Amino acid sequence: MSDDLLPPPESEVKPRSLTEAIAMPTGGKQLTLWGDVWHKLKRDKRFYVAAFLIAIFVLMAIAPFLFFVKDPNACAITDSTLPMSKQHWFGTDILGCDYYTRVIYGARTSLEVGVIVSSLSIVIALTFGASAGYFGGWVDTVISRWADIWFSIPTILGALLVLTLFNGGGPVLVSLVIVMFAWPDMTRLVRSTVISGKSRGYVRAARTMGSRGRRILRRHVLPNGIAPVLVFAAYVVGSSVGAEAGLTFLGVGLRLPTISWGLQLAVADTRFPEDAYLMFWPSLFLCLLIGAFILLGESLRDAMDPKLFGGDV
Amino acid sequence: MSKRYLIRRLLLVVPVLLGTILIVFALVFLTPGDPVARLAGNKPLAPSTYNEIRTQYHLGQPFVVQYLYYLDGLVHGDLGATFTGRDVSSIISERFPVTLKLTLGAFAIEVVFGLLLAVVAAVKRRTFLDSAILVFTLFMITVPILVLGFVLQYVFGVKLHWLPVAGIRDGAASYVLPSLTLGLGLAASLGRLARSNVLDNMQGEHIRAAIARGLPRRRVVGRHVLKNSLVPIVTILGLDFAYLMGGAVITETIFNLPGLGNALITGIKTQNGPMVVGLVTLSAIIFVFTNLFVDLLCARIDPRISYE
Amino acid sequence: MSDPVLSIDDLHVEFRTEDGVVKAVDGVSYELGKGEIIAVLGESGSGKTVHARAVLRILDTPPAHITGGRAMLGDVNLFDLDEADMREVRGARIAMLFQDPHTALDPVYTVGDQIVELLRLRRGISTKEARDQALELLERVGIPSPEGRLNAYPHQLSGGIAQRVMVAMAVALDPDVLLADEPTSSLDVTVQAQVLELLGSLVSETEMSMVLITHNLAVAVGLADRIAVMYAGQLVELGPAKEVYANPKHPYTAALLRSIPDIERRDERLPAIKGAPPNLLHPPSGCPFHPRCPYATEICLTAMPPLDEVGPEHVTACYHWDEVQR
Repeated sequence: MSDDLLPPPESEVKPRSLTEAIAMPTGGKQLTLWGDVWHKLKRDKRFYVAAFLIAIFVLMAIAPFLFFVKDPNACAITDSTLPMSKQHWFGTDILGCDYYTRVIYGARTSLEVGVIVSSLSIVIALTFGASAGYFGGWVDTVISRWADIWFSIPTILGALLVLTLFNGGGPVLVSLVIVMFAWPDMTRLVRSTVISGKSRGYVRAARTMGSRGRRILRRHVLPNGIAPVLVFAAYVVGSSVGAEAGLTFLGVGLRLPTISWGLQLAVADTRFPEDAYLMFWPSLFLCLLIGAFILLGESLRDAMDPKLFGGDV
Repeated sequence: MSKRYLIRRLLLVVPVLLGTILIVFALVFLTPGDPVARLAGNKPLAPSTYNEIRTQYHLGQPFVVQYLYYLDGLVHGDLGATFTGRDVSSIISERFPVTLKLTLGAFAIEVVFGLLLAVVAAVKRRTFLDSAILVFTLFMITVPILVLGFVLQYVFGVKLHWLPVAGIRDGAASYVLPSLTLGLGLAASLGRLARSNVLDNMQGEHIRAAIARGLPRRRVVGRHVLKNSLVPIVTILGLDFAYLMGGAVITETIFNLPGLGNALITGIKTQNGPMVVGLVTLSAIIFVFTNLFVDLLCARIDPRISYE
Repeated sequence: MSDPVLSIDDLHVEFRTEDGVVKAVDGVSYELGKGEIIAVLGESGSGKTVHARAVLRILDTPPAHITGGRAMLGDVNLFDLDEADMREVRGARIAMLFQDPHTALDPVYTVGDQIVELLRLRRGISTKEARDQALELLERVGIPSPEGRLNAYPHQLSGGIAQRVMVAMAVALDPDVLLADEPTSSLDVTVQAQVLELLGSLVSETEMSMVLITHNLAVAVGLADRIAVMYAGQLVELGPAKEVYANPKHPYTAALLRSIPDIERRDERLPAIKGAPPNLLHPPSGCPFHPRCPYATEICLTAMPPLDEVGPEHVTACYHWDEVQR
């Protein structure tokens, strides 16, 4: 027997008579779970600010030419550390490159790291966290202990250690190393979400109809557990961008010729405080990018308020 | 808390601790290539030094044996020696006080400000003050430590000359800016968490039931809401404390504080492998034990925990 | 009724939300006599829980607002009292029993701690005295080996025992009125009967009055002297329990009675009330039940029917009550 007889977690009930049309909320259409979320999001100012900022940064990453940039590598050492001017909106850096251009180009690197870390974290968390939470027993024990072990090494320190051994690397490597130590957090989150979702009514119902473990997991538990993961993923983007900047600043992350805000800050440190503007611009952009994702996470979280999902079927 | 839970939890420390140290060890010594060369940062070494290192780390032996020797050393407080012949453990004990002072300073700021913000925001919910606190804390968690450190250094050190820019020559004053750099961000995230936790708990049915029995609101909040909110707060505080004790690498670098974090960076820059390994191991050990303490404390606070 | 213990007079409660205003309680009035049990029957959203919480003034304001009416405890209008006086009333004059004992008890304190806290704070006695009294209370509600239970945490107790603990705390200060909000809905069926029996015997022992809120008709009929039926925030029928059961005069009550599964009618479909519960944000015009009512005519869409007397002490709010068949 299949579990197709059960309504999927989001179901749209259409009114069958005028009576029911009058009886149903929001004028005749019962909102889907995700419809409710979208409805709330649309009302949240923070969501618009976050979406706007993220859109701008994404554009910076994929189409920097839209931002009136010059050639990031057209640097003349004789133009070193010029102040802001009509020619160089943010001035020039130590090597004489147009600072504005380099800061804009830095967005791509940061976003790359953020996206890789968060997507990889989500994949790992959904695979291992869900398995640990759903199957329990020795599966849970093994996965949880493994996670505990990696969790005990602070991310920055662990990443420092590994990257030292590699003498730094590109955005992909740095992202992978960050994930190596950051994965337990989201995995634990998924695990506990799944554990509390396991006891829900619709899961018991599905099981009485003969559905087996993996199917229940895929069709019922996961879709309902995904909300906190999305929120956390937004935070992860923010924190991994910050982590990369920190690691690069400390000298173990990205290297030239990669353009990274962390690198810019490291260089700016050597000229601090005389040429403070060198510090200012990458800092500002870094904060805006991180802030945008944190705002996104906050608005998602409020929109997906657990009270929205109610209790058992 | 049931005895079973206590014993189980204590026993858990062992495999996690061993596993963590193993990972750190493996990352350095098991990855392909010559560990000695890597430890030395691929700098040329005199043959005698090279052999010394090999013997010291028992590199001729199978990996498991190497690991056991390393563990044996750890238990005796021996974290190996750097290439210049100094004991890693003595370097650590030299630098430990600085990190400890920084930790205490930042932790104090986190606890005081974090909880203060949370209480005010929860009590003055829906007022301007609540919104202001939310915005402020949001700002504080957004700004990375890297940036905040520089901003504070610039504004209060360079421009206003109120506080020292770097170093520890000025006694307690030297720790003010670095503690703020670390503590404000932690206070902000703790404050937000505590606030939403307290607000959630205030909606609890048992709170309504207590009011329905005619118990005074202040008592109900002070006793019932508080204890119910404590577990996540204690957990976060523990994690943050362990993180601080491991050495705040970025902050110590910006403010030039000779603590454990700074030692780590120096170790990396001079490619002093044993130093790096030792410090990361220490940090992990601190983490595991802090976690243990926090877990046991939480089980005492909330009796449901030990029944999982 | 002469000298009612509790008299609810034209109570109105609104919920102001982002999506609009909901009239959760829209003009409810009834009187509760000494030693009397009134069952308030209704589905979710009928206003049955809200009206009780309004009386005890434990609604969350905002979003809830008491916008009209009085709640008379003897000569005193509870809505005129300040918070300090209201606190005196709660627990000692009017007590409430909640539905789920595992959420209504604080999970991080022992059951004993919570009872002792109540007795110490409200009676001003010492901890030792409070503990002794707590033991007596637990015995009174029929909990075996009470000494052990005092040191138990709520999650260690079964639903039935935990609910008895809640009953103990509710009657600890000898209140005149007990508002029991679905006290058995989260319990197993066998345990339900025991708890109801306990409540019944407490009422007859102490002449305490009780408002028994439930959605379960059988519970209501078994214990109550009178039954009040609520729908969409309104009181639609009120009368002696046996009378309402035998001769319901409101279409909703009749439909509720018909939908009780009857083992004699085993070949028929379970009769359900057609339609869906009303959307309180945009309530139907006139009588709120008309979209689902088999007797509805045009007049039912115009205005809410007034309460008509249809028998001795029996009123109903329906234009077509004389047509209503059980």
